Amino acid sequence: MIKTFCKTQVEVKVSEDGYLEDMSQWNEEIAHEIAGELGIELTDKHFEVINYLREKTEAKEALTIRKVGKSGIVSIKELYQLFPKGPLKFSSKIAGIPKPTSCI
Amino acid sequence: METQEANTKKVVVEKKPLEKVCIICAKGSLEDVYATLVMANGAVMEGIETNVFFTFFGLDGITKKQMNRLHTATTGNPAMRMPGGIPFPTMLGGLPGVETAVSGMMRKQMEELDMPPVDEFLEMITAGGGTIYACKLAIDMFKLEKKDLSDEVEDIITIGQFYELCDGDRTQIIFT
Repeated sequence: MIKTFCKTQVEVKVSEDGYLEDMSQWNEEIAHEIAGELGIELTDKHFEVINYLREKTEAKEALTIRKVGKSGIVSIKELYQLFPKGPLKFSSKIAGIPKPTSCI
Repeated sequence: METQEANTKKVVVEKKPLEKVCIICAKGSLEDVYATLVMANGAVMEGIETNVFFTFFGLDGITKKQMNRLHTATTGNPAMRMPGGIPFPTMLGGLPGVETAVSGMMRKQMEELDMPPVDEFLEMITAGGGTIYACKLAIDMFKLEKKDLSDEVEDIITIGQFYELCDGDRTQIIFT
């Protein structure tokens, strides 16, 4: 599926549920636009989490909210506050990485 | 006409995502408690309102003294196998210390998959807004008090109160 982001007018490949298929196509503008669709306004703290998720994904490490909670960036509670109702799902979507496959 | 009907039906289909889960944990083995915790945490992560009710032997999962040393049964468990898939003889499982060792091994394997110990798992669930309850009847039966339970336990409630928490037409009760 191809999705065109209005503000940037960039065409990116996304999965059926809206996750970027190629994380290298991601940029901050796209992040803001996806976040807007999810009703989230991105702050620096959000980007710290997003960059952490992208780094770990590039290093092919499996992600869990527990790992993010131990990263020193945010606690699990703060992660839920930043990405309500989807701490790993929404953050991954905004970070332009694949849908999380972890159960924890 | 038929096609039209088919089209109309397609339009009518509306997704009704789950809004609330109420999970009951009545057994205290490692796998039973973790089944509850994984399902509860998974629901919280999906943005589903989550209530967890621990009762009978399941109370071990929220009792400070017991929660991080739960065991898996090495006897009477036909799915229990040794590393390499060799069947685990029931008589071996009955020897002193075997259950403790096997349970320790299971916990280690779970830790490798980033599954937290029970106390931390409970914290993760409440951090996301899930609520944990203990059953009053079982608490009385095992002569426990609120102070014996994990700090993450919201309250000791009756089954009637639990059912009151299960309102809503997109709610499911899960018994693990």
